[in-house]
Amino acid sequence: MADIQTNFTAKDFKSDQEVRWCPGCGDHAIMNAIQRALPELGYKKENFAFISGIGCSSRFPYYMDTYGFHSIHGRASAIASGVKVANPNLSVWQITGDGDSMAIGGNHFIHIVRRNVDVNIILFNNEIYGLTKGQYSPTSKYGSVTKTSPFGTVEQPFHPGELVIGAQGKFFARSIDTNLKLCQEIFIQASKHEGASVVEVLQNCVIYNDKTHAALSDREHKEDRTIVLRHGEPMIFGKNKDKGLILDAKHLKLKVVELGDEYTEKDLLVHNAEETNPGIHLMLTNMAYPELPVAFGVIRSVKAQTYDKAVQAQVEDVKAKSSIKCVDDLLKSGTTWEV
Amino acid sequence: MSKKADVIERNDVVIRFSGDSGDGMQLTGTLFSDTSAFIGNDLSTFPDYPSEIRAPQGTIGGVSGFQVHVGAKIKTPGDYADILVAMNPAALKATAKWVKDGGTIILDEDSFDERGLKKAGYKTDNPILEDKLDGYNIIKAPISTLTKEALKDSGLDPKSVLRSKNMFALGMVYWIFDRPLNYTETFFEKKFKKKPMVVEANKHVLRAGFNYAETVEHMTPSYKVSPAKINKGTYRNINGNLATAWGLIAAAEKANLELFCGSYPITPATEILQELSNRKDLGVKTFQAEDEIAGICTSIGASFAGDLAVTSTSGPGLALKGEAIGLAVMTELPLVIVNVQRGGPSTGLPTKPEQSDLMQALYGRNGESPVVVVAASTPSDCFHYAFQAAKIAVEHMTPVILLTDGFIANGSEPWKIPSMADYPSIKAPLAKEKTEGWNSYERDLEKLARTWAAPGTIGLEHRIGGLEKDAIKGSVSQDPINHQKMTDIREEKVQRVSNYIPKLKVEGEESGKLLVVGWGGTYGHLATSVSDLQQKGHSVSLAHFNYIKPLPSNVKEVFSKFDKIVVCEINSGQFVGYLRMTNPEFKYEQYNKVQGLPFTTIELEEQFIKLLEE
Repeated sequence: MADIQTNFTAKDFKSDQEVRWCPGCGDHAIMNAIQRALPELGYKKENFAFISGIGCSSRFPYYMDTYGFHSIHGRASAIASGVKVANPNLSVWQITGDGDSMAIGGNHFIHIVRRNVDVNIILFNNEIYGLTKGQYSPTSKYGSVTKTSPFGTVEQPFHPGELVIGAQGKFFARSIDTNLKLCQEIFIQASKHEGASVVEVLQNCVIYNDKTHAALSDREHKEDRTIVLRHGEPMIFGKNKDKGLILDAKHLKLKVVELGDEYTEKDLLVHNAEETNPGIHLMLTNMAYPELPVAFGVIRSVKAQTYDKAVQAQVEDVKAKSSIKCVDDLLKSGTTWEV
Repeated sequence: MSKKADVIERNDVVIRFSGDSGDGMQLTGTLFSDTSAFIGNDLSTFPDYPSEIRAPQGTIGGVSGFQVHVGAKIKTPGDYADILVAMNPAALKATAKWVKDGGTIILDEDSFDERGLKKAGYKTDNPILEDKLDGYNIIKAPISTLTKEALKDSGLDPKSVLRSKNMFALGMVYWIFDRPLNYTETFFEKKFKKKPMVVEANKHVLRAGFNYAETVEHMTPSYKVSPAKINKGTYRNINGNLATAWGLIAAAEKANLELFCGSYPITPATEILQELSNRKDLGVKTFQAEDEIAGICTSIGASFAGDLAVTSTSGPGLALKGEAIGLAVMTELPLVIVNVQRGGPSTGLPTKPEQSDLMQALYGRNGESPVVVVAASTPSDCFHYAFQAAKIAVEHMTPVILLTDGFIANGSEPWKIPSMADYPSIKAPLAKEKTEGWNSYERDLEKLARTWAAPGTIGLEHRIGGLEKDAIKGSVSQDPINHQKMTDIREEKVQRVSNYIPKLKVEGEESGKLLVVGWGGTYGHLATSVSDLQQKGHSVSLAHFNYIKPLPSNVKEVFSKFDKIVVCEINSGQFVGYLRMTNPEFKYEQYNKVQGLPFTTIELEEQFIKLLEE
């Protein structure tokens, strides 16, 4: 919930700490996008709290001139939940990576999503463990050769969006570190959405997993390989805006069509991020190149009660009804006797 | 059935209710205890139940017991029972060894059929001879039959009828101890407000049991138990878990902070989370987390955000919380971790008491990670020590581990209700506004506590975290000298708490032959044994510890005045090891027991006499 309009700029959110990510790391761009988004949210500066776990991306709070907590591996979801329930007036952000939230913190991640705690979760997905120097992560592609999988991984990766929807998530969006503007736009929407908002940012690790998302960031082809979804707009993509998505009802799957004689814009699916039934969102989330374009933008954004507000409301409700108003009342409640 | 009954006058008496875990023995025992307190007895209770919710019916594994010690000046639930109520053969088999020689055993003879005896593991059809109980006063009462008879017109279904047999037994015990029925009747009326049929049935069967005992008085002893000499005041019964929850709420009120509890259910600590969840009327926020780690981490988040944050657990949960406790040490945030100890290692004995988490509380973390460790010693003083733990956590900006155990957590005793006006205020070192040159790790020179600037405070934006902190700025520092300094500061900050806690007290003479040393939940047994021996003229005193880290400042002074020191614990010697390390100039004897049971005063007295005579 925004409090007032502020006059801050991105610069006001930079802390005095030297940024120590590798030159060329995607994290720099994501931080820029967040610092640009924050002044547009209408919160007072002291009401932002950035909470992270462990990993390259989790150093993020140190570089932000806001309240920040760099915690322990995997637990940022739990710590952020505590912060938000303790003070629902704060704008709470969780910064996490694919190791931090999908592996060691997987349990906390699905539960913050399930409870719908009003926290903005920015998941930097570089499909590798960078801080420990190059081991595969739960999102590494099948067969990835890394220091702990010299012969290729033999396990299927998680798709964060699929996990979010499986955990009854109400907000999921995807962006990429090479598209600063889209990141900024999505972060603003994530913040405005009340509830757990998960934003997966495809991020490049220049040292240990360089070019893992290159197919999607390639200048020449990116517009043909990705689609930016916007609520209420038809699902068109391609360099020349000549392709679109339809639902192949017979096989119950999404299909790319060329716009022209056979299909026109009217035949295309129109994105409805607010649809409560997660079926179509799951299909959009799971679209993978080269069969289908990878979906960017806010894929799912459904209104629902938030955990932190519900806790607050219940406390107020019970307080109003109870005859116990202080500890002295409590101690004397129930069966007592005089001596 | 051979003995003639007498009227027995006693200062105190121990009754044990024992039956299948579905027989309602905990309720029966609680109702007897509440009635006794109501008519002026002092008391102490010990519920002893299996970890299975419904172990196979009629087996020893499924026996649930409730022991209560009533009379004047009671500090323990008693070692051995004067009267045992055994609702089935398994209950008799499991608990007859806890009855005093020649004591009274009331049996539901209806359950002593071939099947019941076999399930309990009896090899003959005469359990009395088989277990050599012929010297005891055995009262065989057809409790199930008489219950059915009493309720045949009640309109209750057969299952509900049979479930009321515990109230028949309770009625009998009320007659034996000359207790009024009205307290229990009122309880029925409140509990089953919407089911008048159930109220009437319970009242009826309670009275039927009472009348039956009177009718067969030739074989039933009757007792007159001395009332306690108790200070004037308003009293209530309270168990340790409830007292802990309330002590934490009281601290939040005194600190003018909101209370947050992130926790995960675990025996025998769950009741703390349950009671706090029930106290939304006092603004308590509870968060039932997905696991123990999330329990403490949500609390650490809440503490960062400015709440009085607590988490409750038992041994295995404390192990899981270890890394996060280290985070609270590093970030110097106030946090209370309540550990209701149980038998270990691993899942161990979830419902049985033990003091074996002391070393885990002191040292069970990576790195040099000092925290304050406090231990409560009786069910009711859990209130006081929970309050103190929270006060220390907030005022000294440190995690505090409060140790209780399954024995005092579930045990109950009458408690003179305190007034919050008599409790001290708690002053949180909150940084409320921007001051020139404020740094997040600058500290108060006396306590060494840093200030607490919660998000939302204008101009004090800062970052904390698990990486080593610069001693002033709080920013990340890898500097070797700074790490040494911070390591020393964290330890010194905890040690300085000793300037704010009471000195160690000696019960009895301040010098003498033998000093008995204990800590935490063994207080009742140690105090009773020491006081018994003192009355018999022995030179023995007791020093009982509630503050473990830091220790009270006068330990050396106290210890130096005795010829011998014996440290008694229900573990293999953890506190004595700690004392040998912190106060190595003394020689310590030790007495340990690890059976998932409290001490008995008898074994303690034997041990102390042996030490006195050596």
